[in-house]
Amino acid sequence: MITLKVNGRTHTVDVDPATPLLYVLSDDLELRGPKFGCGLGQCGACTVILKGAAVKSCVTPVRAAAGAEITTLEGLGTPEKPHPIQQAFIDEQAAQCGFCLNGVILTAKAFLDKHPKATEEEIQQALSGVLCRCFTHVRMYQAIQKYAKERA
Amino acid sequence: MIRESMTSDALAALSRRGFLKTSGALIVGFTMVRPSEGQFGGPSPGAPPMNQLDSWLAIAADGNVTAYSGKEELGQGIVTAQTQLVAEELSVPFERVKLIYCDTAFTPDQAYTSGSQSHPANFNHSNLAQAAATAREALVQMASQQLGLPVDQLRAADGVISPKGDPSKKVTYGQLVGGKKFNLTLDPKARRKPPSEWTVLGKPVPRPDIPEIVTGQFEFVHNVRVPGMLHGRVVRPPVIGATVMSVDESSVAGMPGLVKVVVKKNFVGVVAERPWQALQAAEKLKVTWSAGAGLPKRDSFFEQLRNQKPTRDILLVDSKDVEQKLSLAASVVKATYLHPYQAHGSMGSSCAVADVQGDKATIWSPTQGVWYQKSTAAMVLGLKPENVRVIFRRGSGCYGLNAADTVTYDAALLSQAVGKPVRVQLTRKDELTSENYGNAFLMDERAGLDAQGNIIAWDHEAWSPTLGTRPGPGTPGNVITGTLVGFQPEPFTPRSPAPDPRGFNNNSNGIPSYAAALFDGVPKGAGTVRSSRVLVHNVPSPFFTGPLRSPARFQNTFAHECFMDELAAHAKADPVEYRLRHLHSERVIGVLEAAAKAANWDTRPSPKAGLRKNGLATGRGVACVAYEGDNGYTGIVTEVEVDQDTGKIAVKRVVVAIDAGPISNPDGLKNQAEGGALQGMSRALLEEVTWDNEKVTSIDWRTYHTLPLGFALPKVECVLVNRPDEEATGAGETSITVIAAAIGNAVFDATGARLRQIPFTPERVKAALKGTGAA
Repeated sequence: MITLKVNGRTHTVDVDPATPLLYVLSDDLELRGPKFGCGLGQCGACTVILKGAAVKSCVTPVRAAAGAEITTLEGLGTPEKPHPIQQAFIDEQAAQCGFCLNGVILTAKAFLDKHPKATEEEIQQALSGVLCRCFTHVRMYQAIQKYAKERA
Repeated sequence: MIRESMTSDALAALSRRGFLKTSGALIVGFTMVRPSEGQFGGPSPGAPPMNQLDSWLAIAADGNVTAYSGKEELGQGIVTAQTQLVAEELSVPFERVKLIYCDTAFTPDQAYTSGSQSHPANFNHSNLAQAAATAREALVQMASQQLGLPVDQLRAADGVISPKGDPSKKVTYGQLVGGKKFNLTLDPKARRKPPSEWTVLGKPVPRPDIPEIVTGQFEFVHNVRVPGMLHGRVVRPPVIGATVMSVDESSVAGMPGLVKVVVKKNFVGVVAERPWQALQAAEKLKVTWSAGAGLPKRDSFFEQLRNQKPTRDILLVDSKDVEQKLSLAASVVKATYLHPYQAHGSMGSSCAVADVQGDKATIWSPTQGVWYQKSTAAMVLGLKPENVRVIFRRGSGCYGLNAADTVTYDAALLSQAVGKPVRVQLTRKDELTSENYGNAFLMDERAGLDAQGNIIAWDHEAWSPTLGTRPGPGTPGNVITGTLVGFQPEPFTPRSPAPDPRGFNNNSNGIPSYAAALFDGVPKGAGTVRSSRVLVHNVPSPFFTGPLRSPARFQNTFAHECFMDELAAHAKADPVEYRLRHLHSERVIGVLEAAAKAANWDTRPSPKAGLRKNGLATGRGVACVAYEGDNGYTGIVTEVEVDQDTGKIAVKRVVVAIDAGPISNPDGLKNQAEGGALQGMSRALLEEVTWDNEKVTSIDWRTYHTLPLGFALPKVECVLVNRPDEEATGAGETSITVIAAAIGNAVFDATGARLRQIPFTPERVKAALKGTGAA
């Protein structure tokens, strides 16, 4: 039995402790934010914020997350009350298919929370492990910059 | 093989001509549909009739409108645009319209959502647009009777009809027809609102799905959960062409959660209670496979392609005087261009959920064609098509034929084997090795110039390997899972020489925009060059192939637009001016001039003067196209910086001008133009399927290269050329079609080195630089 603290709620799950955290979040807890993209930690679709840092949950065993605070995309805000970074993506219409947005938003948020004065180049560097195959890059950067400015 | 195993219903599904004979009225008024929509002769049996208003629209007692469409949301914004369309033509608020799309229980069969056909199909003279206009006129007619006033004294707005100038007397749509059927045929004469009257269309209406996506509420197909659902994984042949010799089920016996090992001919999969268990069982399952078919050597692939026999030859245009004109030319320029196989590489690996219970199946699929998925899944399962329901759910990206259809068969087969709902998501390797790749191309260009440098003849000869394509009626074997269970891909029928073309068809953009392409003496092309020949040789491919965003159009346009640049350089002419000299299409000229103007184009021949061999070099390039001949127009200018020491290209600026007719949603159009340009940049600079002597070796994001989110973005600017008096064209595949050539041309301008092979890797750039005479 493993206890997980996800978006402020506590869950106890009965899974193989080697199971990647992603599977527990998306299949046992039925969360829609974290997604399977590659299972190799190469694309960012599975990103969650664990102890304040963006991590790739597809290569993080669930035992490594036991007891720690986990935030998924759902934990930031709702369609009615989106978090400012989510609102920035809505304002900029920064989506095509939208599959990558979980990784983009959480990676950018975790980075800007730690580095509020980050330069454009540093933000770019922080997003080097995240893919968007629809190439909505232009709008995503606009949304991230907007959030960074509002935050500062 | 296929036909023997088909049910009588599946055979009936193939017999579309017979169906149309008995439903003659059905096609009246729908003859303007584009080829992709009518390519199999008409809608599938059981589909809602296209000419009936009730197939497209329903109005509830509370006035809410439900619209039905066969064109789905893949992330391109088309559902927002279609909702705007219905709101506009029906005169109801955008928020009152709900669009149901691509569910074979409800929606019309509009073939695939592909090929930039959604606007032409639903926004011009028929289908959804005409249905909404027909409904509005019918409602006004009903109101006229109810209010005792002639129709010309009535006004419809916001779902309410009232006498002009007297809003106190009114009747709502809900009161007039709420909950009842219209029982009307679409009226081709129903008045359509011209763009000058638009209040909803033409506006940057935000996409309603984005708030759900950014907060993790949106249901992708990956999130579909059905009670009692199990999880499957497939075990694909490890090398191309391998067949199952034996499966040792004891190798996974007793694994936690394992439900079943499924083997059907060469299809192997496992079903478990949880996805992680399924993955582990699939990895551990011992399958003995035969040796593979072997693959052609990659380093000599294009040479083999040129010599491969037999071929299926297609002649797109032939003025029959090309050789004669070339023999008279002051100079003849030749070049060969190469394009590799490329993957769709959707970011989330493909996923589907199927619930096969006895002789019935419900399938949630990211397919581009729910009706073809329905009839072909029925063949795969041995069920009657009418007992199969396919419901579209958005997958990750699309860009054409990724593994969406094949994973749908995977889920269906595994569900049938266990009699319970099964969800299958492919691994990254499965996705990148079992999709249908965008076609490799070898293209020879030849042109004759007169003494002034003007083009007098253009010859294009291309070779491209193909195997399979999107599943259509009767062809589940067009994707890997179909073949694994015994169906065949569409047959390859050799044919050489090619027959003369029957008419102008530039869907593949095989004919350069500069050709006049005369048919019966009438110029059909966008250009002025009267002498031209375009000959394509298709040959069998070792890999499955299928449409990848701007299929063949991307490849052909890369060659044509780079070659045009070579001709301009040969003539020592400015690349924009030289293009304009050979164009007569106002719309191509329009986008070319708009892009050049917005980019503040530096008018002069390429390459730029004073080239140096080392260090950073900058340049600008241009390209343009009439997409599919007449389905969207784009001009593009890029500015690049080339590091001549490392061979790295940095694209600094992209200016896209796009003309797609009357603009439905300017922000949606801009989003597509931006995304297309950057996706095309990734394809031009990095993307290439690789293989060894038996298997594909580009299997993840370390071996199949793409530009990540974190790269130095160019400045991207869009010029939207609105043409309210023209018909709506496609838009989503325009900018991607021209970007590779514009980058290649900019590199030439900067360095004098001509890139003729995609991707433009640093090694290829350096090799091209070595070959230049730059001092």
